[in-house]
Amino acid sequence: MEIIWDGIRQAFQLIFGVDADVWEITLLSLQVSGLATGISLFIGLPLGTWLALGRFRGRGLSLSIVNTGMALPPVVVGLTVSILLWRSGPLGDLRLIYTPAAIIIAQTIIAAPVVTGLTAAALQQLDPRLRLQLLGLGASRWQMVLALWQEARLPLLAALMAGFGSVISEVGASMMVGGNIRHQTRVLTTAIVLETGKGEFARAIALSLILLILAFLVNLVLTWIQQRRAQN
Amino acid sequence: MSPFLEVRDLVVHRSGQQVLEVSRLAVEAGQTLAVIGPNGAGKSTLLLALAGLLNPSAGEILIQGQVVRPKEQLAYRRRIGLVLQDALLLDTSVFNNIACGLRFRRLPKAETKQRVSLWASRLGIAHLLSRPGRQLSGGEAQRASLGRAFALQPELLLLDEPFSALDAPTRSRLLSDLQTLLQETRLTTVFITHDLDEALMLGDQVAVLLEGRLRQVGTPEQVFAAPSDSEVAAFVGVETIIPGQVLASQEGQVIVEAYSRRFEAVGEIAAGHLVYLCLRPEDVTLWLSPPGGVKASSARNHLTGRINRLVQQGPLVRVVVDCGFPLTALVTRTSGREMGLAEGQEVEATFKASAVHLIGR
Repeated sequence: MEIIWDGIRQAFQLIFGVDADVWEITLLSLQVSGLATGISLFIGLPLGTWLALGRFRGRGLSLSIVNTGMALPPVVVGLTVSILLWRSGPLGDLRLIYTPAAIIIAQTIIAAPVVTGLTAAALQQLDPRLRLQLLGLGASRWQMVLALWQEARLPLLAALMAGFGSVISEVGASMMVGGNIRHQTRVLTTAIVLETGKGEFARAIALSLILLILAFLVNLVLTWIQQRRAQN
Repeated sequence: MSPFLEVRDLVVHRSGQQVLEVSRLAVEAGQTLAVIGPNGAGKSTLLLALAGLLNPSAGEILIQGQVVRPKEQLAYRRRIGLVLQDALLLDTSVFNNIACGLRFRRLPKAETKQRVSLWASRLGIAHLLSRPGRQLSGGEAQRASLGRAFALQPELLLLDEPFSALDAPTRSRLLSDLQTLLQETRLTTVFITHDLDEALMLGDQVAVLLEGRLRQVGTPEQVFAAPSDSEVAAFVGVETIIPGQVLASQEGQVIVEAYSRRFEAVGEIAAGHLVYLCLRPEDVTLWLSPPGGVKASSARNHLTGRINRLVQQGPLVRVVVDCGFPLTALVTRTSGREMGLAEGQEVEATFKASAVHLIGR
């Protein structure tokens, strides 16, 4: 019990005592996971829309693959990206292994199927006749898609939150492709694993609290936007 | 001069099966074509094809004599207004809902606002403009949907059973308002319905679609009085339809003049209104003309005519009597035999005032 109280006390000291290391780790976590979520949205929104609205052979199989991707184990992603980016690997010349860019790549691979799958599900929940009605009112294909995104804005924001949640909390891939190098690739989750391994439970609890608060704040903002629009 | 809208040799397949075949269908400018048929007849498929939202397997659609080409679909769609069975309002205010088609066309804000206000007030929903579209009742939502289409000032209005999901009083009010709007705007309209009253009320022309095939096109009188075949006759049910004008109306009793005769009916239509008198063949009783005419009967309408045609239909005989207009009666074979009914024979036909169904035109 003492360990937990120590951890909470130390967390407040770390947060309010302006611990440079903690702030650096927190900021890097936000940057890496924020960018990975942004790229996932960039990929997932159009891809999910195409899968939801398109009529082509293999659509069902593609949706199944994306839905399977939503449960992709981060360690498997970490292993695959490590092999690809390893010095002797096919993309070794890019020299990305153990860099923040490698973590962003791995986290994008984790978040993109989540955003894609939930985007497709959000659009498929809309009345299919709505597309006909919009086109019948003179919408171009692009205007129709924008109107459908507007209609599905609440579940689409939920997709964004789920995408961010899946990467801010993952540790396996970040550890494997980032290497948890101090001042370079150490993020909150990898730091927690390290501190726990060293027996520094108080510091690990402190970092966990920061991670939870961070996830809560980001989702608070997104939920506020979502619910404000729901009330409007 | 070519009709405003023309369909030629249109064939639509779905899941490998042919669901629609229309060899020719035309709508003149300013006219309303009511397309009637039972559920699953292909009415909505026809409407979607006319709206450019469904690729036909064969055939073409012409607007003012010009074939609509696949590359011109967007430009074509921006010439039409589409109202579907459900209002399908967007999750935003009524104002934004009515404005959405205008915004797709990038109309200036001032003009958008002016058109939305105009059509909202014409449809009686001006007080609802700031309300969320999803909070409207069924009737209000369908008014917003109509406003959304009318605000586009389309050249062609396509309506797919817009009132079928509404309760009877709401439907009746909306139908009446739509009739007024169509008469005022003279908008070329295709109106899909399975309701014969709606077709009679709105249609200048009526097209009957059965099992994916266009079976008959003509004026309401032609289609209802002279169905092209027994299936059309079975569908339209009412076979005698007479255009007339209300001369007097008092305490629910209406006197209508048609073909220089006076008919009695039951209804609440004011004097001066143009109406259709609709009569089902089973409501007409035939009498062999006795000297001095039929005596002692509660039927208020008596006509004399000659039998024009006798059509055997199983245990029944369909008798078409020429009374200056074709009046159809349905009698059993036994009655026909005992009365000795024959073509050219003079008979008296009677029907009750309550059997006459009046529809405004």
